[in-house]
Amino acid sequence: MRTIGIMNRVLKELFRDKRTLALMFVAPILIMLLMSVIFNTNASTDVSVGTVAVSQKLNRQIADIKHVTVKTYDTKSAAKKALKAEKIDAIVKKNGNNYSLTYANTDSTKTATVKLAFKNALTATSINQLKSALTKSTKATVKLQAQLQASQKQQAATARAAGNATAAQPAASTMATKPTSQKTPKITNHYVYGDKDTGYFAKMLPILMGFFVFFFVFLISGMALLKERTSGTLDRLLATPVKRSSIVFGYMLSYGVLAVLQTILIVLVTVWLLGTEVVGNMVSVIVINLILALVALAFGILLSTFANSEFQMMQFIPLVVVPQIFFSGIIPLDSMAAWVKDISYIIPIKYAGDAVTDIIMRGTSIWHLGFDIGILLIFLVVLTVLNIVGLKRYRKV
Amino acid sequence: MSQAIIELQHLAKSFGKQTVLKDINLTVNPGEIVGLIGPSGAGKSTVIKVTLGMEVTSGGSAEVFGTTMPNRELLGRIGYMAQTDALYDALTGRENLKFFGLMKGITKKVLNEQVDYVAKVVDLTSDLDKRVSGYSGGMMRRLSLAIALLGKPDLLILDEPTVGIDPALRRQIWAELGRIRDEGRSILITTHVMDEAELCGRVALLLDGKVMAFDAPAALKQQYQVKTIEEVFLKAEGVD
Repeated sequence: MRTIGIMNRVLKELFRDKRTLALMFVAPILIMLLMSVIFNTNASTDVSVGTVAVSQKLNRQIADIKHVTVKTYDTKSAAKKALKAEKIDAIVKKNGNNYSLTYANTDSTKTATVKLAFKNALTATSINQLKSALTKSTKATVKLQAQLQASQKQQAATARAAGNATAAQPAASTMATKPTSQKTPKITNHYVYGDKDTGYFAKMLPILMGFFVFFFVFLISGMALLKERTSGTLDRLLATPVKRSSIVFGYMLSYGVLAVLQTILIVLVTVWLLGTEVVGNMVSVIVINLILALVALAFGILLSTFANSEFQMMQFIPLVVVPQIFFSGIIPLDSMAAWVKDISYIIPIKYAGDAVTDIIMRGTSIWHLGFDIGILLIFLVVLTVLNIVGLKRYRKV
Repeated sequence: MSQAIIELQHLAKSFGKQTVLKDINLTVNPGEIVGLIGPSGAGKSTVIKVTLGMEVTSGGSAEVFGTTMPNRELLGRIGYMAQTDALYDALTGRENLKFFGLMKGITKKVLNEQVDYVAKVVDLTSDLDKRVSGYSGGMMRRLSLAIALLGKPDLLILDEPTVGIDPALRRQIWAELGRIRDEGRSILITTHVMDEAELCGRVALLLDGKVMAFDAPAALKQQYQVKTIEEVFLKAEGVD
């Protein structure tokens, strides 16, 4: 009863604070839109490639690719000068059968684009060569057949026609094998990149979602309880027979409602506006984020007891919130030292991020994410108990 | 005489190494207004906090309604008004009253009636549906007092209730406090206004964490051989 009363009051206060509400709902959308634009620019980056001693066909193929322009240079030194002057982003030079590529690499997305473009162009060229070789050999066969027919009709000079056929056959086969042997090394050279950059935002998204929920609930709930404390309303509240747990649960319920709304909005934006594919169940995504929000709430309330002013609350952002980003999985943890990796086990966002990633990208059912959810719930229970006990500072019963 | 509402005996309280209260003996009887006066830092607010059970005693005993504090359930019978206004700015006056009423455990039926009644006492009826953020300092003080009055508590603990309230309304509030006393309910009040101290049944003079004197205003004046409570205050402090 009192818990519901506290929930209603907190919600009423929240919904009357239009600016804070806007911060919670508009800011994540804005940031996600920005990030999607920034991280998904690969497709529309304009690059220009300088080529040296490259066949006309390949030049044309590269130029045919969207957002890629080709400039031909006679010598490598001329091309290098252009590269230095930032007129071109990469140089493609042919050395015998091999290609050497030089990237300006001031912009990794451009490098990736060039690599991809060159690979595609090369493949296309080889296929064309293969095609023309095939047509040539087909023509030769047709010719041969015609000759054969003619020889059959005339019933004469059989040996001469047979000799022609054997001469034509090896010629065709060499023409067909030659482009194949040219193509193979180049493909292995430029294969590695392409994929990695296209999937970057998609990989970040599930973690980002959790991060926004965590960040805003943490900050706003912490501030709210801090304000209760400094304005004296907490004392007044505790001067009534209300249970300490009712206060904590009342806050949890109200911020839970808010977190659900926020998560729904973020999910809808990512699905409809950014066109991200959610393989798994969206309700599961909301459930995980709700649990994360409650953890953030409990965390915010707990830390607010260590702050004496709003400014001191803000000081927890670099200490508490920023490390969450580092260990959340946005930056691959595999490459970190073992002891650094161990830190990530005490970061709640890591578990939420793992779970939501599984749901969104692999379609894992929520029932198979017991480990992540279990850890989050442990966080939640421990922090909640700490909060209820911690309120004893302000009233001894 | 019937059982005392508040009974503080040899009460001591220290925070870490700092001793705030040394030896406090104080009783509040039913139907009595007890004034608590003393310079800033004398420990008035600490007495109140211990009485409410927000702090535990370091020594001695604190009993309210015959029960040792802290006790959560008893808080429903106490109306408390702190020095700070302690209101929710984003809510209207009525919403504040209803919220705290609900927290006190007042049933919905009685609550609406109570809200209207206390609003009338502090003269806020016409402003009840405005947001508190638009209230003047005096209005906030009055709303804060109204919250303490909610639910007809048997004991009112008021920490400087009349600061920032104009004389006419102050008189009105004291009239209400008199009515509460006449109903047999008790009030513990701290104040800096000496003519308010004259209106109390008994006055406790708090100095250096001790009760220097505790008697009816007239008896105190006689004891210190002065004409006003203010002079008692100054003499006790040794200002003279």
